Amino acid sequence: MNLFRLSWKYLTFRPLSTGLNVILLALGLAIITVLLLVQDQFENKMTKDAEGIDLVVGAKGSPLQLILSGVYHIDFPTGNIPLEEAKKLSRSRLIKNIIPLALGDNYKGYRIVGTNHDYLGLFEAQFDQGKVWEQPYEVVVGATVALREGLKVGDTFESSHGISVGSHDHEHDYQVAGILAPSGNVIDRLVLTSIETVWYTHEEEAESEDEKDHSELHQEVSKTGFPEGDQAKEVTSLLIQYRSPMAAVQLPRMINSGTSMQAASPTFEMARLFELLGVGVSLLQGLAFLLIGISGLGIFIALYNSLKERKYDLAILRVIGASRGQLVFLIFLEGIMLTSIGALVGILLGHSFLAVIISQNEQGVAASLDAWIFLKGELWILVYALGVGILASLIPAWSAYQTSIAKQLTKS
Amino acid sequence: MLISTENIQYSHPGQAPLSFPDIHLKANEALLVLGKSGSGKTTLLNILGGLLMPHRGSVCIDGVDLNSIQGSNLDLFRGKNIGIVFQKPHLLAPLTVEENLQMAHYFSKKKGQEINRLLDELGIGVKSKSRVQNLSEGEAQRVSIARALVNSPKLILADEPTSSLDDENTFKVLNLLQTQAKKIGAALIIVTHDQRVKDHIPQFIEVKGA
Repeated sequence: MNLFRLSWKYLTFRPLSTGLNVILLALGLAIITVLLLVQDQFENKMTKDAEGIDLVVGAKGSPLQLILSGVYHIDFPTGNIPLEEAKKLSRSRLIKNIIPLALGDNYKGYRIVGTNHDYLGLFEAQFDQGKVWEQPYEVVVGATVALREGLKVGDTFESSHGISVGSHDHEHDYQVAGILAPSGNVIDRLVLTSIETVWYTHEEEAESEDEKDHSELHQEVSKTGFPEGDQAKEVTSLLIQYRSPMAAVQLPRMINSGTSMQAASPTFEMARLFELLGVGVSLLQGLAFLLIGISGLGIFIALYNSLKERKYDLAILRVIGASRGQLVFLIFLEGIMLTSIGALVGILLGHSFLAVIISQNEQGVAASLDAWIFLKGELWILVYALGVGILASLIPAWSAYQTSIAKQLTKS
Repeated sequence: MLISTENIQYSHPGQAPLSFPDIHLKANEALLVLGKSGSGKTTLLNILGGLLMPHRGSVCIDGVDLNSIQGSNLDLFRGKNIGIVFQKPHLLAPLTVEENLQMAHYFSKKKGQEINRLLDELGIGVKSKSRVQNLSEGEAQRVSIARALVNSPKLILADEPTSSLDDENTFKVLNLLQTQAKKIGAALIIVTHDQRVKDHIPQFIEVKGA
């Protein structure tokens, strides 16, 4: 026997009270763990996905929506912009690089993005298998899409119209030309192809079968810049890199006031979004701290009450040779053991909770999170929990220290 | 002398001081402390066990003056050298019988007697793995005696060990305490108001109270 086992015996002797306190504390800490994980990974991911993109240009509408749809592929696009205007903009000397995107279709909920090869360069994408698209209807699929849908190079599939599942199907089959290695970026969840492919898919809808000009389907697609297209052609958004810091001042104003398009900065819009979310996060944090506070109080009350019943036990321990210090240590040990268990259960619960959210949300943003990454911040959760344990044991330990054996034993 | 006391006085707050007769006892001897309820018998027992400090006088056990040791040293000294049997068993409820005795070994940092053999001798060997709650009152009493004996103390103090027992069990418990004390060569002091005990232990002192 030793003090650890004795503490443990006392804890397990009151399974209900111990269990309740562990659960309360664990819930509070689980919320904090989830917040910590989501905040860390979201911000990381958000910055990583937007890296190299200074400005997004698209149809007029909500700037936040433009960023979410153009950079993170979460929200619906604001609409399309004429190819002509996009091309005009690309001639500006303020712009170093411009990548057009054409959205509009999906494959089982994964977005099909028409773009050029620069988009792959932006994310420094590596190929796991195959090669980049060169012909219309050739696609490159992201790692997550390939894994979840079991796609291999050479496979064909049909797309659906719209950017979420359940819309009507297009008829022409896409062919997988390459599969990307996992990167942890947004492109893991995308199906990439040429802008021409997106155009042809939608033209087919309009044209009847016999009118279709099949020759263009075997031409090579454009690999950089804008594809050739007539006046009616459109793209969805443009990702822009500035040539100089000067562009940050001039370009957005120029686009917003001088064209029918709008420009939005990912950094600015995301800062605004986090500010909006901040209210919800603080609310959750408040709830978590409330739970932890209550559990701290619960542990204090449990220790204090059990101490009243146990004063006799403590006196007996003194009779058989235990010192005051050992009794104080025993009480602290009980509080600390309780909160440590609570902390471990809480951290585990937080990770499992996140894992459930992720598995419920296969195509969404949450899908790109990882539930089993452990952060340094979680060590602070442990430290915090131990603090609660020590604080809750303070008064009971002091009262154990003060107990006079003789008085306690003569009381009947 | 294993234990000797000199002019012990103790006063509870707001009460007249109590004086106690001197005690001189050798190893293997037994002594009764008789007195009416409220005469201060238990106070004397607490002083002898080092649980209470006398306001005057001294207690010397095996050549060590209890006044001269303090704090955790006194606790350790008590754990090693003094075994106390209380009126009620007061066992630690979350532990088994065996674990209750192991705690005494742990805190006194002493190997003491072999637990299972001791329990066998007291007739409760089969109960060694039992929860304390599942014991009868008589069994619990014997476990508390075993706990007082398990470190082979030099002095055994017993506070009213027979007050709630019938004649037959009183005899058994006294017999047990005496034989066990003899076996480990300890001095035995029993505090009681139970006149039946006098028939078994001739040597006694009387506490008169204030």
